[in-house]
Amino acid sequence: MIERFNELRNTALLVSVFVIAGCGGGDGGGADAGAADAAPAESPVDAATAGNVAGMVTFSGAAPMMAEINMGSEATCAAKHSTTPTEEGFVGGENGGLANVFVYVKEGLESLSFPTPTAAVVLNQDGCMYRPHVLGVQVGQDIAIRNSDGLLHNINASPTENRGFNVSQPVDMETNRSFPVAEVMVPVRCDVHGWMNSYIGIVDHPYFAVSASDGSVSLDGLPPGDYVIEAWHEQLGTMTSNVTVTTGGTTEISFEFTEVMAGSPVPMGEPIDLLHPDGHQAVDH
Amino acid sequence: MNWSWILPPSFSTVSGDIDGIYYVILWITGITFFITEALLFYFIFKYRHKEGRKATYDHGSTKMEIAWTMVPLVIVLWIGVVSKGVWDTVKVDVPAAGLEVIVTGKQFEWNVTYPGPDGALGTSDDFETLNELHAPEDQPIVITLRSEDVIHSFFLPEMRIKQDAVPGQDITVWFEAIQPGDYTIGCAELCGIGHTTMGGTLTIYTAADFQAWSSSQAQQQQP
Amino acid sequence: MSTIEQEMVHAAEGGHHDHHELPFIRKYIFSTDHKMIAKQFMFVSLFFLVIGGLLATMMRWQLGYPGEPMPGGMLLPDAMMAPTPNGAIMLPEFYNSLVTMHGTIMIFFAIMPLLVGLFGNLLIPLQIGAEDMAFPRLNMISFWLAVPAGILMLSSFAVEGGAAGAGWTSYAPLSVSGEWTGVYLGQQLWLASLTILGFSSLVGAVNYITTVINMRAPGMTWFRMPLATWALFVTAILILLAIPILAGALIMLLFDQTIGTGFFRPEVGGEPLLWQHLFWFFGHPEVYILILPAMGIVSEVISNRARKPIFGYHSMVLAIIGIGFLGWIVWGHHMFMSGMNPLLGTSFMISTMAIAVPSAIKTFNWLATIWKGDLHLDSPMLYALAFVSMFIIGGLSGIFMASTPVDIYIHDTYFIVAHIHYVLFGGSLFAIFAGITFWFPKMFGRMMNETLNKVHFGLTIVLYNLVFWPMHNLGLQGMMRRIYDFTQYEYLAPLQPMNQFISISVFLLVAAQSVYAFNFFWSIFRGEKASNNPWDSNTLEWTVPSPPPHGNFPEMPVVYRGPYEYSSPESDTDFYPQTKPPPSKPPVQELIPEPVTPTPEGF
Repeated sequence: MIERFNELRNTALLVSVFVIAGCGGGDGGGADAGAADAAPAESPVDAATAGNVAGMVTFSGAAPMMAEINMGSEATCAAKHSTTPTEEGFVGGENGGLANVFVYVKEGLESLSFPTPTAAVVLNQDGCMYRPHVLGVQVGQDIAIRNSDGLLHNINASPTENRGFNVSQPVDMETNRSFPVAEVMVPVRCDVHGWMNSYIGIVDHPYFAVSASDGSVSLDGLPPGDYVIEAWHEQLGTMTSNVTVTTGGTTEISFEFTEVMAGSPVPMGEPIDLLHPDGHQAVDH
Repeated sequence: MNWSWILPPSFSTVSGDIDGIYYVILWITGITFFITEALLFYFIFKYRHKEGRKATYDHGSTKMEIAWTMVPLVIVLWIGVVSKGVWDTVKVDVPAAGLEVIVTGKQFEWNVTYPGPDGALGTSDDFETLNELHAPEDQPIVITLRSEDVIHSFFLPEMRIKQDAVPGQDITVWFEAIQPGDYTIGCAELCGIGHTTMGGTLTIYTAADFQAWSSSQAQQQQP
Repeated sequence: MSTIEQEMVHAAEGGHHDHHELPFIRKYIFSTDHKMIAKQFMFVSLFFLVIGGLLATMMRWQLGYPGEPMPGGMLLPDAMMAPTPNGAIMLPEFYNSLVTMHGTIMIFFAIMPLLVGLFGNLLIPLQIGAEDMAFPRLNMISFWLAVPAGILMLSSFAVEGGAAGAGWTSYAPLSVSGEWTGVYLGQQLWLASLTILGFSSLVGAVNYITTVINMRAPGMTWFRMPLATWALFVTAILILLAIPILAGALIMLLFDQTIGTGFFRPEVGGEPLLWQHLFWFFGHPEVYILILPAMGIVSEVISNRARKPIFGYHSMVLAIIGIGFLGWIVWGHHMFMSGMNPLLGTSFMISTMAIAVPSAIKTFNWLATIWKGDLHLDSPMLYALAFVSMFIIGGLSGIFMASTPVDIYIHDTYFIVAHIHYVLFGGSLFAIFAGITFWFPKMFGRMMNETLNKVHFGLTIVLYNLVFWPMHNLGLQGMMRRIYDFTQYEYLAPLQPMNQFISISVFLLVAAQSVYAFNFFWSIFRGEKASNNPWDSNTLEWTVPSPPPHGNFPEMPVVYRGPYEYSSPESDTDFYPQTKPPPSKPPVQELIPEPVTPTPEGF
């Protein structure tokens, strides 16, 4: 009887030791996933045969009005802006150009694998605004989140494919994060300053770009072949375009978002929103 | 450093009653405190062991047990009964509103929605303020308290008002301020990383000044 | 054979464990002896007490010196402290974890296992005349469930997102998602740890209740049991009934966090207030679990050191039972501001006011016990008297928050923090100091050094009051709880000097505990050797050697009287042990009652 009990007890102890060992320390979606395993491998793309994709992202129709941001609750940040900042859900440039559109190769690069860049991409908090508003990184690449305001921000990322994080920076400082799984797009917000939001696109290759204020965008150094390129906008949804890249050539691409697309369901991780349980709506405060 | 047990000043129609109950309890517990602690220290001193001292062989007294059961019971129940009246006034009997607003707590701010010139909430002329509640004096301000995410607690210390904001619920809170001025809005329930930053300002106006403020706000925030 | 006859045979055979020497592992690690298990709980709990104190020290740094680099902060990881050129500054999410884990560790891994695991195990069999607990192996399991629970809890500091940060009360929806707190796995480890610990407590409770009901020695009637045993017995019943509710709530929250259920999540139709009801329905009996054994210990020490019977023994028992019973119908007083129907506020206020009465009864009885006593003011007595003094303050401060309108103002402020710590530290912890000091000789066969204890007592009682008394004032000025940087509020900025004063007092208070720690360990090896009964006490544990042998009593003890016959005219000394036969009574055999079959009504 006692022997049997001893056996059971020892087994139970061993099991619990393994369970505890297994549970300890997770990884992924976390800090300092940074550097690639081996020395930076060479790019699998032969520069001699590569081509480019370039073009414009435009918007036609009545541009949505963006509300002014009331920074009254954070005087230090308000002082950094010479004109009152407005929300950045829709940033249209001259000549119908649409900024902050995330453009990337969605299909066509499956056979290649790309090394993780060692350099970090900077997401800056300056004047209580994220700079840039939309950014792209590669899987595993460090994002250096920087606080340039000297006051409390938190950085709350709500992905669906990756593990989220929610960390604070009470002073000027820098925190590194990276994502191990490709995901378009991860919303990031500050809860201390409710108007602050940004979006991070994670892809497993270097062919992504964010459209500039005039709507221009380009993807350089692609191997020749057929690709599906997707353009993502936080309020207007997504569009795709099929392109063929030729050696040494620049294939033109254009995305024309229109007024009727406003309010489309936008694929990304969604923060829980009790007042708008039917989905992410245009920010209205 | 303020060692006083006197409460800081308060400025609402109910705060006098709330503070009054506090002082009643302070008196009762204070007297009890002094008597019991004095007896304790006196007994320790008087009955400390000395050569030749013998303790009294005494198992108790039913009379004393009854006495010190009934007296505290009556006192605390009396405190309860007196408290109930004030509680009902503050939490149960909501007066007709002079001004209705919606206060929504979310990480980490208070959004206040005012009815605008038409006097009704939920219409297109409603306007909002961030981390500020503006209200006239001498009128019941009836608040529908909401939360967008986690439990916050809407705390107006100088008005002696506190109510948890619970996501998924509309909870009614009211107060009537008796003096214009700038007061504090705080969050009194741990709500996350930025809990410490959820402060705001309560500004109480005379009725006329509030009208002026309200009109100018409504104009500014016209869509 | 009846139970009693069986036990007599066992006793005559020298206990059912014969004289084989146990290997080290069976004697010290996987022991089934209640006295060893008591010591195991004690050492592990004292370790967690130190951890809990360290967490509080860090919290107090941030409150005393908001935003300033913390000494030693650079040693902590970036997830906790932000590195700056001048040193490391505490991050708000780490502050929230400190608040949460300080409360959790102190309540669940320090005070509760000290009072219930140490004193329950040590005292119950000895005081009722049993050779061990009813279920010695279950007892061992109880301890060895607590250990992995503790490891899980501590490990949560090391995972990404850090340790739980939603308060020891873990209100939903805050605790449901890292989206709200920044804590992900840590919150789940917290839940898993407490669930396992709950099972540890439950099996312990079953053991204690069974032992007290079934294994009392002949003559040890219910009303001859020492108050420590009574208190631990009622506490065990509270544990048995309350912990399953906590376990249920923890599992529901774990499901909400991991598999998408919606018990507490309003966006899918759940109810955040349900968490509060479940938690506090457990939580209020829990605080009586944390004070009743302390009250029992204090009764033992005061009566013995005053050389005087406990005044009103029967009332004291009734008060223990009354507290235990009333503790089930007051939970809503934690929820006055929660959004619960305000009419419930009144009913819970009345029951809460009523529960002040049995505590008052006990306090008056302690005062009446020392009245006209012969007070030996050595360190156990000093600690016990400090309990009474501090408990008066903690109990009276409770009346303020029991009044619903006053609670509007002081709920979730430092007034509550003051109250909690007056009853838990001023109360329970001082009682623990009294109990450890008093029963130290019984555990280790040596006395603690009395001078060092008096130094520790003097430092602690003064510094402790310097820490927690001003918290009443902070609360009355409107300073809320769990706040990383109160200077963000203009009306609270003037409270900075008082917060600094408290913090400095805390640093000194924590340092002063080293005196007791040193005394404790030094005395285990070098303390003055103790006799069987160094305190001239009446209860059964003092009739056997210090420490008692395996099996406790060489012969079945027989009890002739209550436990508090001090200064009795029938005795030629100022104490009269429970098992000492009266001079004129007939021999033992005729005194043993008829074998009794347990009936549902009891004996």
